[in-house]
Amino acid sequence: MPRAAVERLLSTRDAPADASEVLSLRGVRFAWPGRRTFALTVERFSLERGRKLLLLGPSGSGKSTLLSLLAGIVVPQQGQVAVLGTDLATLAAGARDRFRAEHTGIIFQMFNLIPYLSVMDNVVLPLSFAQQRRARAIEAAGSVLEEAKRLLGRLGLDEALGAQPAASLSVGQQQRAAAARALIGRPEILIADEPTSALDRDRQAAFLDLLFQEADLAGTTVLMVSHDESLAPRFDRLQRLDEIASTEPGAAA
Amino acid sequence: MIIAKLAFKSLVNRRISALLTVLAIAFSVMLLLGVEKIRTGARQSFANTIAGTDLIVGARSGAIQLLLYSVFRIGNATNNLTWQSYQEIAAQDAVAWIVPLSLGDSHRGFRVLGTTTGFFEHYRFRRDRPLTFVAGAPFADLFDAVLGADVAAALGYQLGDPIVVAHGLGEVGFAQHDDKPFRVAGILAKTGTPIDRTVHISLAAIEAIHVDWQSGARIPGQTVTADQVRAMELTPKTVTAALVGLKSKLATFKLQRWINDYPDEPLSAILPGAALQELWSLVGTAETALGAVSIMVVATALLGMVTMVFASLNERRREMAILRSVGAQPRTILGLLVAEAGLLGLAGTALGALLLHLVLLALRPIIDARFGLYLELGWPSGAELGALAAIVLAGLLAGLLPALRAYRLSLADGMMVRT
Repeated sequence: MPRAAVERLLSTRDAPADASEVLSLRGVRFAWPGRRTFALTVERFSLERGRKLLLLGPSGSGKSTLLSLLAGIVVPQQGQVAVLGTDLATLAAGARDRFRAEHTGIIFQMFNLIPYLSVMDNVVLPLSFAQQRRARAIEAAGSVLEEAKRLLGRLGLDEALGAQPAASLSVGQQQRAAAARALIGRPEILIADEPTSALDRDRQAAFLDLLFQEADLAGTTVLMVSHDESLAPRFDRLQRLDEIASTEPGAAA
Repeated sequence: MIIAKLAFKSLVNRRISALLTVLAIAFSVMLLLGVEKIRTGARQSFANTIAGTDLIVGARSGAIQLLLYSVFRIGNATNNLTWQSYQEIAAQDAVAWIVPLSLGDSHRGFRVLGTTTGFFEHYRFRRDRPLTFVAGAPFADLFDAVLGADVAAALGYQLGDPIVVAHGLGEVGFAQHDDKPFRVAGILAKTGTPIDRTVHISLAAIEAIHVDWQSGARIPGQTVTADQVRAMELTPKTVTAALVGLKSKLATFKLQRWINDYPDEPLSAILPGAALQELWSLVGTAETALGAVSIMVVATALLGMVTMVFASLNERRREMAILRSVGAQPRTILGLLVAEAGLLGLAGTALGALLLHLVLLALRPIIDARFGLYLELGWPSGAELGALAAIVLAGLLAGLLPALRAYRLSLADGMMVRT
């Protein structure tokens, strides 16, 4: 994509924050256990409700650490990570896990599905850990399974695939099933870690279209990490990771 | 709920290794329960070797020694019981019946027992089962012999076959009572007791074949033919031991004391039940060893299960990370792995108990017939259920080892898997 377009998007960083903040990091210092140097330092970062943010960064730029912080898998030694106004550090580990289950859908680069479960079981898996999402899913379609079917259908997966073992799906199908899982029960935040890198370019576009369509319907804020600038036009905000975060050399990626 | 579902589906997914693990546990449980069954069965059979007899009387000796030679035909009597003492005991008011036992000769490795037909009438085994004949009848003629089931089977004897009794107990007797052959008059049904390995002849016959013997050898130049001996007075001077039945059990201790204090000859009277128990406590060390071995086998099977779960851990780190990402806590992961171990243990234990039951159902008649071991069948006893529960519990505890490892891994990995 043209450089100018990228710059235009980057400039939206300073847009007025009229929407409430869904994610917010302040003065965060984080080191992995047993390391003395900080793996990641983030002075200031926030994301407003309803936004679709592309976080650009090559591998090794601290993305995975940042995602772990946002998901509440780890807490920083200093500073504050707030999700939906809740400082994650104030929650006990178990409560952070439940908080993640309720409010965050996560899509990985690949191998998102548990191979021994059916596609359908994979999609409804988060609802076992998130009662509010379960209630919303039932409210939306009458039952958890109906909502899963609806989402799979919306994401272009044949209903018949639902009963198949997850391992039998193609990579593209797996990513779409993972998207359905991340969106079921309408969590407030969707975090995606290079979800399209295993797809070819045509499929990337189709995948993101479907993903965003559903995210808009659910009112879900999207944060996607990628090293691929060409995806930028589909997002309404672009953030280079190295501008908000610094990493120590040799620290964990 | 979700943990049980995940554990089950995960095991189904790895069904081959899971099945092998379950089979290993099942076989070990089968062994453990089987040994336990055989142990109780053997103890029972052992205790049931002799029943219905209130006292065994012999020359003064220890209870076990007397029991060994009179009932188990093991070892020899140091001394005999005079016929006079025997008669005096028989004359006691409390005595309902008395059966003499005269040992010392053999037939091709099997002991020969001189007794009376009262033996077939009064001897009981397995609580109250009498001796029965598969062929023939108790001895009627002087030179009639009644064979135990094993003797007949091992030597292929049929009714009417002639047999020659050897003097002494060697497999190949040098001194044969070949001038006075016997005829097989009856064959007993299998009892699972030493009676199966005994040749029974009448007390008079024992006298008859020894009439021209002295001090273990034939008296030279003095031969008495079989026909001549029939005309002779064949009352024995001594017998080896005697089985005594009483009119009332209440008299047991009184008569026992009377016999033990018998002034004319040092005698011993023992209670067969008590002596059997004393003997079993000696033999019982073997059963403890057997039990220990089967516990080791169960431990090995559980170790195999832990190994299987451990081996799968690394390839399952991705799965753990996915579970964490959808909101599972590390302790959910811990629970999942413990549940898998628990399911394997439970399935193995249940299958083992079931398999043993089926095997016993099929083999029990054969085991009874061949070894005289009567094995109980039915729902597991309280002790067996306890053992089964302990195995399942041990499986759960063993499953904690890989589960704790997975717990630590999933804490360290979070949502990221370094694969």
